[in-house]
Amino acid sequence: MEPSNAIELKDITKTFGEVVANDKISLTVRRGEILSLLGENGSGKTTLMNMLSGIYFPDSGQIFVGGKEVTIRSPRDAYELGIGMIHQHFKLVDVLTAAENIILGLPGKGPLDRKAIATEISRISRKYGFEIDPNRKIYEMAVSEKQTVEIVKVLYRGADILILDEPTAVLTPQETEKLFSVLRNMKADGKAIIIITHKLHEVMEVSDRVAVLRKGAYIGTVDTDQTDPLKLTEMMVGRSVSLNIDRPEPKEPVDRLRVEDLTCVNDEGVTVLDHVSFTARGGEILGVAGIAGSGQKELCEAVAGLQPVTGHIRYFPSEDGTAASAEGIELVGRDPMAIRQLGISLAFVPEDRLGMGLVAGMGMTDNMMLRSYRRGHPFLADRKPPRELAETIIRELEVVTPDVSTPVRRLSGGNVQKVLVGREIASGPSVLMAAYPVRGLDINSSYIIYHLLNKQKQRGVAVLYVGEDLDVLLELCDRILVLCGGKVSGVADGRTATKEQIGLMMTRTDAEGRNGHGA
Amino acid sequence: MSINFMGMLMAAVLAGAPLLFGVLGEILTEKSGNLNLGVEGMMFMGGVAGLAGSFYYEQSAADPSAVVSALLAMGCAFLCAAFGAFIYSVLTITLRANQNVTGLALTIFGTGFGNFFGEAIGNSTASHYMAVGDVTKAVFNSGIPVLRDLPVVGQLLFSYNFMVYLALAVAGVMAWFFSRTRAGLNLHAVGESPATADAAGINVTRYKYLSTCLGGGICGLGGLYVVMNSASGVGGVWVYNCMNGKGWIAVALVIFATWSPARALLGSLVFGALSIMRFYVPLGIPAQIYDIFPYIATVMVLIAVSLRKKRENQPPESLGLAYFREER
Repeated sequence: MEPSNAIELKDITKTFGEVVANDKISLTVRRGEILSLLGENGSGKTTLMNMLSGIYFPDSGQIFVGGKEVTIRSPRDAYELGIGMIHQHFKLVDVLTAAENIILGLPGKGPLDRKAIATEISRISRKYGFEIDPNRKIYEMAVSEKQTVEIVKVLYRGADILILDEPTAVLTPQETEKLFSVLRNMKADGKAIIIITHKLHEVMEVSDRVAVLRKGAYIGTVDTDQTDPLKLTEMMVGRSVSLNIDRPEPKEPVDRLRVEDLTCVNDEGVTVLDHVSFTARGGEILGVAGIAGSGQKELCEAVAGLQPVTGHIRYFPSEDGTAASAEGIELVGRDPMAIRQLGISLAFVPEDRLGMGLVAGMGMTDNMMLRSYRRGHPFLADRKPPRELAETIIRELEVVTPDVSTPVRRLSGGNVQKVLVGREIASGPSVLMAAYPVRGLDINSSYIIYHLLNKQKQRGVAVLYVGEDLDVLLELCDRILVLCGGKVSGVADGRTATKEQIGLMMTRTDAEGRNGHGA
Repeated sequence: MSINFMGMLMAAVLAGAPLLFGVLGEILTEKSGNLNLGVEGMMFMGGVAGLAGSFYYEQSAADPSAVVSALLAMGCAFLCAAFGAFIYSVLTITLRANQNVTGLALTIFGTGFGNFFGEAIGNSTASHYMAVGDVTKAVFNSGIPVLRDLPVVGQLLFSYNFMVYLALAVAGVMAWFFSRTRAGLNLHAVGESPATADAAGINVTRYKYLSTCLGGGICGLGGLYVVMNSASGVGGVWVYNCMNGKGWIAVALVIFATWSPARALLGSLVFGALSIMRFYVPLGIPAQIYDIFPYIATVMVLIAVSLRKKRENQPPESLGLAYFREER
């Protein structure tokens, strides 16, 4: 065994009930390298890493750390072996300060010495190039700061093997660059780094080697400089796929939704939408970009009538409607039911997938009925049409489910999203809002969703696509509305804008963008 | 109309002390993310067990010592109530049962447990009451020797029974524990986000069990106080349904105190004052109306608290939720 191997996994298997999450996976990570762990959703990346960090316990197989076989029964064991994991959903306590989070759970004698802790934190920060204020509370921090706290927390515990689970999903391109330079500093320091990600260009940019998993099985490890995104995708999916997203030219776009001066103050008195103005056109996909929590959610909910707002949302029903009613129909003040009947559909996929769109405990048929039960008999429910719709969706969108009455909670994330989007599209909307419709989906399912959205666009629907992956936004959308702290910082042309431009717009407000629909 | 403020204040302290035990016990419990609605039940369990401890000791000893009797009463009260909390812990932490339902069941169980044993033991005696002798009664109802005889301050500060000072000490220790120790910080994290605590290497189950059982025991001391103290009329004897909703007021006071032991002191004093107001502030209204005051105040406090938005004043984030590491 080479001493340079930080971690060696041998024949690791883990099952959840009947589902085999990891099937005899063997993998090595060397000191002083960055290894990318690549795989579609449900391929078992996170499960595998959770076994290294002590969250799960493997059913069988061996783990070697620094050449010695070890048993990792709890996160504490993992820390003692120098393994630290930065989880995709940050494991931080919001009401505690950065310093308190960092020392959480550490043994120590006597009362807390906050000063000494702060000194040690700034020493680590300087060494690797972080910026961190030990006395700030987590809930006051931006996402990237929280991530910094997570990384410092792991380093403070003396970890020399770091696992990062999709660390860039929530970062702007600039923040991602910063993170990567920190990672390179750590690599130079001799630490072993495993990074889980979906984004191929990041894999190519930052890693030395790439390990690929597919459906719980280990496919292979390749050197990054001897591969390319296309080859990696083939390894991941198991067959060759095209990585291009279609973007048909919009056909005679007409103004469908005109939002003017939309302002929304949430329960806590924070202004989450600040004089937002833009236009969404039929036959066009309008992307909405922004750091998580910049007002995307409130914007969609405002249009759907779920958020109390001030300002105007004018809706122009049909192609010739512009002449007939120059004013349009005012949506602000209407209840969600009335708005829905106008043909405005919200395929909203909140952070928890099942949150607002579907009822987790009900089957597909009943979930279809949520939209249609008002039709037909006023008292009795007719399950036949919704069942037929459910069956159509299963057939056309390749939903994997035992049958239409299986609770949607049991379906995988991708299938849940297909059911949701499928149902919204079936109602024949004229405005379709999709918030993070591909979040957590693998490449294949994502492309099915992109295709569906494009089809709606060609039907003349005004599509609002709220996304987080800038590469996708730039490939799919005709125009991109960028939000920053609840303000519109500009509207970019999807065909000409660059990632850097959008990234910059996401972090600063451009006053010119206020009045709207340039580009 | 002249009001005896000094007397009212002292009476308020005496009436507030059992509430303070309940509040502190429940704060400790809730800090771990366990919402134990069984405070009332645990107070009953602690009350009856403590009284029975002293009662049987006095029966068996030829010359009962006040100190031994008091210690036995406290030990029994603490252990019995902690046992109630332990049942709750097994159900909610290990078996992950619903916390609300389990807590309500514990209240019903504890109330029945207290009244059953209180009456049954009483019926086995000649007097038909489970009552302790003057020796024990005195120790639970007298102030600090020497100091209580000081002019002015003696009456105001040192005339209370030892359990009042014990309650203050518990509050002080808890405040220090939460803000100055690593274990306190860890407990805070367990209640806020058990997954985070777990990932940081904290033994979530152990913290939850320990704080819930200790918290239960502290509630039990509150029950003992209610039984032993004679400020409300009779002391040292089992009275049917003697807790009379004090446990529920304690649960509400936890919210009033926003999980802070220091504010628990204030809350207990205010509610203690409300409960004895009719003896000191004659308003010419029926006594029953006075009895409503604490409950009206509870409702008002709940409304006021729900209007406050500060993050630090919110309940522990995972309050009421069971934790299972491998949940997906």
